[in-house]
Amino acid sequence: MSDLDPAIVVEGLRKRYKDKPALDGLDLTVRAGTVLGILGPNGAGKTTAVRIMSTLLRPDEGRVEVAGIDVRTRADEVRSRIGLLGQNAAVDEELSGRQNLEMFGRLHHLGARRAGTRADELLAQFGLTDTGSKAIKQYSGGMRRRLDLAASLISRPQVLFLDEPTTGLDPRGRTEVWNAVRSLVGGGTTVLLTTQYLEEADQLADRIAVINHGRVIAEGTADELKSRTGGDRIDVVLHDTAQLDRAASVMPGDVHQDRDRRMVSASISNRMAALTETVQALQAAGIDAEDIAVRRPTLDEVFMQLTKEEAA
Amino acid sequence: MTATHSVTTVEANPADGAGSKLGWAAADSWTMTRRELAHWARQPVQVVVGLVFPVMMLLMFGYLIGGGKGIEGDFKSYLLPGMLTMTMAFGLEATMLSVTQDLGKGVIDRFRSMPMNSGAVLVGRSIADMLQSVVGLTVMIGVGYAIGWRWSNGFASFMGAVGLLLLLRFAMLWIGIHLAMVAGKPELVQAVQILVWPVAFLSNAIASPESMPSWLGAVVEWNPMSATATAVRDLFGNPGAVGHSWAATHAEFLALAWPVALVAVFFPLAVKRFRDLSR
Repeated sequence: MSDLDPAIVVEGLRKRYKDKPALDGLDLTVRAGTVLGILGPNGAGKTTAVRIMSTLLRPDEGRVEVAGIDVRTRADEVRSRIGLLGQNAAVDEELSGRQNLEMFGRLHHLGARRAGTRADELLAQFGLTDTGSKAIKQYSGGMRRRLDLAASLISRPQVLFLDEPTTGLDPRGRTEVWNAVRSLVGGGTTVLLTTQYLEEADQLADRIAVINHGRVIAEGTADELKSRTGGDRIDVVLHDTAQLDRAASVMPGDVHQDRDRRMVSASISNRMAALTETVQALQAAGIDAEDIAVRRPTLDEVFMQLTKEEAA
Repeated sequence: MTATHSVTTVEANPADGAGSKLGWAAADSWTMTRRELAHWARQPVQVVVGLVFPVMMLLMFGYLIGGGKGIEGDFKSYLLPGMLTMTMAFGLEATMLSVTQDLGKGVIDRFRSMPMNSGAVLVGRSIADMLQSVVGLTVMIGVGYAIGWRWSNGFASFMGAVGLLLLLRFAMLWIGIHLAMVAGKPELVQAVQILVWPVAFLSNAIASPESMPSWLGAVVEWNPMSATATAVRDLFGNPGAVGHSWAATHAEFLALAWPVALVAVFFPLAVKRFRDLSR
């Protein structure tokens, strides 16, 4: 498989639970060595998609190839090429970190000796050597997640699936996991990660697929998605909350108010023109601004916009 | 096999052909068994409590209650085979609890996402639980000997009795796995932990059916546990309950037939449930 071949191909994937469709014609392509972020609200089908791609769940319809191999017909070959970090810690809490890694190494058929050395390598790589003999139930949340990640990397997978890798972690734990993922991608691993955090997708992913109701509703780089929805924005912060309504009425474009931050914000098309127009309009109305800034939309705004469009 | 691995690449040993597939199935099952052994090593207190509990029951019934209803001869000699049977039957809840915990923790998902033999999870569980039962039986028989219980029919019959007890345990194992798969919730485990008591007492493990109302005695005689207890008493040469029903006079046959039938039903159901995790 060359670097130009896609590492993951998903076509027309469908899966129903009882009468509820979880995936409704999902299409995805992930180029080898890149990170795809799947962004979507709870219940959008993110976890179902990951479970199908990682051979845990059988699809009702559609084609899924991971590392060029069909997950349905050749599941075992896929399993020896992937790593999975699920939403729940998939480790044996009663055993130590080292015992876990060694066990998973044996089950990856590395042989007893190689499983032991690989366990030590991974403990060192994730800064867990000192706590390697402690039972996992004594680990902190961040340490547990790092061990879980280490366990997903036993066989040096070509493709790594991360299902909401930082949900429930404190900011420090989150940074730890992010750094680990970045260094993996540097080593050429293809990563597919799901997240509810827009910041996480922005930080880690080369491309982002926004999914809702089991389908992709937008895909592109973070920048592409940001320009796709309404383009740039202008934020005006006022001294006086009482002037918010009046500022909103004189400003051009589609205006939003944020009372807590004393801010009026509008989507704009031309940066220079919008800035000039806004300053003139505010001056004419006698409104004093504390701060005026032109910026790209945040992924949050993109996400709200996309899901709103889809609902309409 | 390890010499071919360089430091920087990790490759699974090539596993082609049916022979090596079987070899990996055995290796994976052993790895899963070792996992349970490691649990014991990490939780020695729990293991000891698990072994002491049936011993405590044996001593309580043997000394405090001190005589079953409608039993001729030495009560301790009647009691020990009954308690051995009860210990095997109670293994159901131990198996169910372990499987429920595994399913709840997500570690089963990791096993299923790896290129290991998929049956090894269940095979490893069976081997470990059976090993634990062998240890449990050994301790109980040792304590029984210490308080004066004896067997009188020779070594072959002794092993036959132990075999029947382990066969009952094996049936309970698959019922336990199936129940955990069907509704693997801790609440259900608690319900089962309570329900095994009336089922155990509705057997001749502790009291003779002759001492019970006739309709109840009939239920008790058909209880799989009664069949095993009666057959084990015969094989050990211990005094048994007096019974004239078909079930009471064909206990050896039922002690084989019941567990085999239970395994025949629950083994395929449990395996199907396990496969259906990917549904």
